[in-house]
Amino acid sequence: MSHTIVVGYDGSDSSLRALDFAVDRAKSEKAELVVAHVLEWSPYSFLTPTELEERHKRRTEELERARKFVLEPLMKRLSDSGVKVATELRYGRSADTLCEIASEKKASQIIVGRTGEGGLAARLFGAVAGSVAQIATVPVTIVP
Amino acid sequence: MTQFMKSAALAATGLVAASAPAMALTLDEKVNQVFASATGWFVNLIFSPFPGSEALLGYAFPWIVLWLVVAATIFTLYFGFVQFRAFPHSISLVKGDYSDPNDAGEVSHFQALATALSGTVGLGNIAGVAVAVGIGGPGATFWMILAGLMGMASKFTECTLGVKYRNEYPDGTVSGGPMYYMTKGFEERGLPLGKFMAILFSIFCILGALGGGNMFQANQAHAQITNVVGDYPGWITGIIFAGIVFAVIVGGLQSIAKVTEKIVPIMGVLYVATAIIILLINYDKIGWAFGQIFGGAFTGLGVAGGMVGALIQGFKRAAFSNEAGVGSAAIAHSAVRTKEPITEGYVSLLEPFIDTVVICTMTALVIIITGQLVSDPTTGLYMLNEAGNAIQTIDGNSGVALTSAAFSASFGWFKYILAIAVILFAFSTMISWSYYGLKAWTFLFGEGKNKELVFKIIFCIFVVIGAAASLGPVIDFSDAAIFAMAVVNIVALYLLMPIVKREMNSYMSRLKSGEIKKFH
Repeated sequence: MSHTIVVGYDGSDSSLRALDFAVDRAKSEKAELVVAHVLEWSPYSFLTPTELEERHKRRTEELERARKFVLEPLMKRLSDSGVKVATELRYGRSADTLCEIASEKKASQIIVGRTGEGGLAARLFGAVAGSVAQIATVPVTIVP
Repeated sequence: MTQFMKSAALAATGLVAASAPAMALTLDEKVNQVFASATGWFVNLIFSPFPGSEALLGYAFPWIVLWLVVAATIFTLYFGFVQFRAFPHSISLVKGDYSDPNDAGEVSHFQALATALSGTVGLGNIAGVAVAVGIGGPGATFWMILAGLMGMASKFTECTLGVKYRNEYPDGTVSGGPMYYMTKGFEERGLPLGKFMAILFSIFCILGALGGGNMFQANQAHAQITNVVGDYPGWITGIIFAGIVFAVIVGGLQSIAKVTEKIVPIMGVLYVATAIIILLINYDKIGWAFGQIFGGAFTGLGVAGGMVGALIQGFKRAAFSNEAGVGSAAIAHSAVRTKEPITEGYVSLLEPFIDTVVICTMTALVIIITGQLVSDPTTGLYMLNEAGNAIQTIDGNSGVALTSAAFSASFGWFKYILAIAVILFAFSTMISWSYYGLKAWTFLFGEGKNKELVFKIIFCIFVVIGAAASLGPVIDFSDAAIFAMAVVNIVALYLLMPIVKREMNSYMSRLKSGEIKKFH
């Protein structure tokens, strides 16, 4: 019986390394791969009236952009890898959402990169790997 | 209070006329004179007393106050005390218990509530309450809380309608508010004059945006700044403020607005927390303070106008602070993404609760407990000031200065925090109201970059006028414009409330049957 591996992907170099690692694992284990891209979002943030009005429009644009510039190039890249790949695009807190996806897909493991985007974002996204390791209910591999 | 402010303003103008020839008037005084004479008739119309109230009660009862209270009472009864029955459900909606995870990234109930709150939490809670307690005595607090509790039902009604009848455009943006439920809702029920009422409401909404949502804020922000750094002409503050507002609403510098939106809730929490600490320090007087509030509510404890005076002040300040029945909140709440308009109604009823029942009450309690109001030790009645129109305070303070003095009595540094809070509250209220006004403006004149720019420029000009004019005429005009919105809006709410009831009953039965489930 085939199993599923969830890999977190945000377009950064380290997430790319995590992805390569995940593809290798999936090949050797004959597993299916779910590539998860999470758009950081909190329902408890504060917005201005204009932002409220435009939120739905912006969300549509953000999803479109993520599909076009993050997930589609990725699928192209993986098309001849011989691994069955699916994508998940969601809003939420990265760590929580990755674990949610893992439990929904009944994944056997989660693979994430150690750091994400550079600079200040690295501090935020860097914490994702640690948080995932802490809250996940399946084994987690952190790829440096 | 209007009477008091008016006489104060008259006295001020009189003084100016006596001490200097008309030619030597400063810019501030000129602005003030022109403004007061241009708006006087409108103010008098809105605040005219209920016929016969003077003979019956011995005190002029403005009909507009009665109008708001009667409406809140009717909505409370019609919806079977929805504000108490649905309170727990409202909280779980805000927490996101019923939010579909697939809708993540859309405007949440919490965000709609927070944005609407940052439009209402502001000077009404700080300066307005001080004015109410300063004139109506501690008893005004009781009536203010009561009006806040009842106002929750008004808010519930208008915000449900706001979401139900909003316009959704092909590009995904939404526009909602009373002007839309007036036109679309009236049409659906086969009622006439929907369009007419929507136009009337829009006109008043623009005036309200320029008055209470702008001039009053600029005025009090300037008062607060001079309180800390010393006196200087108001138009200077006005131009600085107008510049920042211009950068945000015309220049699209949303980042400034975003920063304020983040700081305002923190300031709100800090304000309430400080108030609670002051209450805890004076815990032995809390019982006494509530005694004053209840005693004053029914006897007046010697304040001008007695019990009726306390009642009018309390009701009026509550309405001005939480805007229940005014229709402004329906504009802010209508952006939420939900399949059930009624859920936004439930969420919005928390707004008057947080604004009036919690924050306003804190201000009142701190003023009372720190002994700012001077009473006669032998009779226990409050002493009036020399003019006989307000209670004598320790340092003769009123408005923001009274609240500032009360908070500083325990923590001397708090006046600086309060000054920053007032400025930020004023700023966020202005941003919110510029949006409400703009929505009314585009409803009247249509959407379009140039048309919108005209309103935005007018809005910025009024920031300068507001900061330069004296408090009396500004507060009169602000109150009058905002209450005029309520006149039109509440008529519409009466006519459309059966629709809200149908939504409520349908939703509640589906919630009971388990058709509407929690996601979390």
